[in-house]
Amino acid sequence: MNSFSYARASESPDLAVALLNENQGRYLAGGTNLIDLMREEIETPAALVDISRLPLAQIEEREGGLRIGATVKNSHCAAHPLVRDRYPLLSSAILHGASAQLRNMATTGGNLMQRTRCYYFYDTASRCNKRTPGSGCDAAQGFHRIHAILGTSPHCIATHPSDMCVALTALDATVQVTGPDGERSIAFGDFHRLPGNTPHVETELRAGELITAVDLPASSANLPSIYRKVRDRASYAFALVSVGAALRVEDGRIADVRIALGGVAHKPWRASIAEQMLHGAEPTEANFRQAAEAELTPATPGHDNAFKVELAQRMIASVLQELAEVKA
Amino acid sequence: MPLHTFQLQINGDTRTLSNLDPRVSLLDAIRDHCGLTGAKKGCNQGACGACTVLVDGERINSCLTLALQYEGRDIRTIEGLAEADGSLHPLQKAFVEHDGFQCGFCTPGQICSAVGMLAEYKAGAPSAVTDGEVGELAGAELQERMSGNLCRCGAYVGIREAILEAAAQ
Repeated sequence: MNSFSYARASESPDLAVALLNENQGRYLAGGTNLIDLMREEIETPAALVDISRLPLAQIEEREGGLRIGATVKNSHCAAHPLVRDRYPLLSSAILHGASAQLRNMATTGGNLMQRTRCYYFYDTASRCNKRTPGSGCDAAQGFHRIHAILGTSPHCIATHPSDMCVALTALDATVQVTGPDGERSIAFGDFHRLPGNTPHVETELRAGELITAVDLPASSANLPSIYRKVRDRASYAFALVSVGAALRVEDGRIADVRIALGGVAHKPWRASIAEQMLHGAEPTEANFRQAAEAELTPATPGHDNAFKVELAQRMIASVLQELAEVKA
Repeated sequence: MPLHTFQLQINGDTRTLSNLDPRVSLLDAIRDHCGLTGAKKGCNQGACGACTVLVDGERINSCLTLALQYEGRDIRTIEGLAEADGSLHPLQKAFVEHDGFQCGFCTPGQICSAVGMLAEYKAGAPSAVTDGEVGELAGAELQERMSGNLCRCGAYVGIREAILEAAAQ
């Protein structure tokens, strides 16, 4: 690990922003990803600003929805009565990620900022455009069973590892940030980027900006939902494919459908093609299957991860069918 | 880079760490600087759970965080679970009784994790396998809730029996 200076900002987000601007480093909250990356010398910040004690650990009702503070622990968010009651998809997604110990450390903001688990990103002997822009991508011709099939670029096929973010995408969350130029909001679907020519630029955050909260809107509350995750073991593993979906049927027609996928792209993937096909349609197995197939039609799998295409299609269709039968 | 002098509260004792490099993890501070070698360094990347300690009653991986971040927080390690008179914590007793270990390397982490897990369970916290209300602590519920602790000897049968007995008390 490189050496760095450490400063703690406990009083206010503004203080954290000012300290970071002074020191040109990284914000540190739970540390579960950043400390690991620093130990591997993939992240080498000259300064850390510890934001774990900022007064942002509340979950509050707001405009019919919820505001989840940036330093709320993932475990607290998943267990919070208002989250469990109104946004069970979020609670379920969080609980499908990591271990209990990690969820007790990891924060809302940190979960959004976690970096890919691509082996080649972690292996400093490999080429990686994310780690060293312009150096090449050894995953493309390497072993890429866990890698992306949607929205890839020739420069990067890494996936975003979060479960929580899959739910937040489906629930139309908004990210609140503050920074040297003041406060602003970013729609969740715009927060993470596709790799394109700049896979090292992973989010829309500008230099020095700090996440202060994630807002959930009233419009996505109280929807019947399922989070399903397929992984290589029953617990404590990253998703091969995950699906977060919510469905509401009125008078025999689909009135609201939300589908997001994890483990398939550089960002949590909102299945907009499938949603558009299903909105207003009858909730039949054939329609679900057709929409799932259409969503995956643009997929560009490699030799090791082609199984994800069929897996994602089946998961979308079966989760929606289950919602239509049991919960809608 | 500047060094830091600060205090950690471990098992009710105040420990002063002088001129500490900010890179020192909480686990290394507890083991190497405070001499409490119960918590173990297994993978040093949050995968095995051998480093599990309790902070303000909640279980965490002490390897994945900086000691400096835990200044003034209430830290409890395996050394702090027994009573002052030396009588063992119910989970420690149950692990002995049910042979919840073989080599013992993962045991401090398993027991600290189980202490935190039972507190979460009793507070009604859900898990990934909870369907609706929190169900009985057996089978899938217990396995899911303890999945952050690996035992390479495979003493899981004894570990499970020990935790279930302590949970029933």
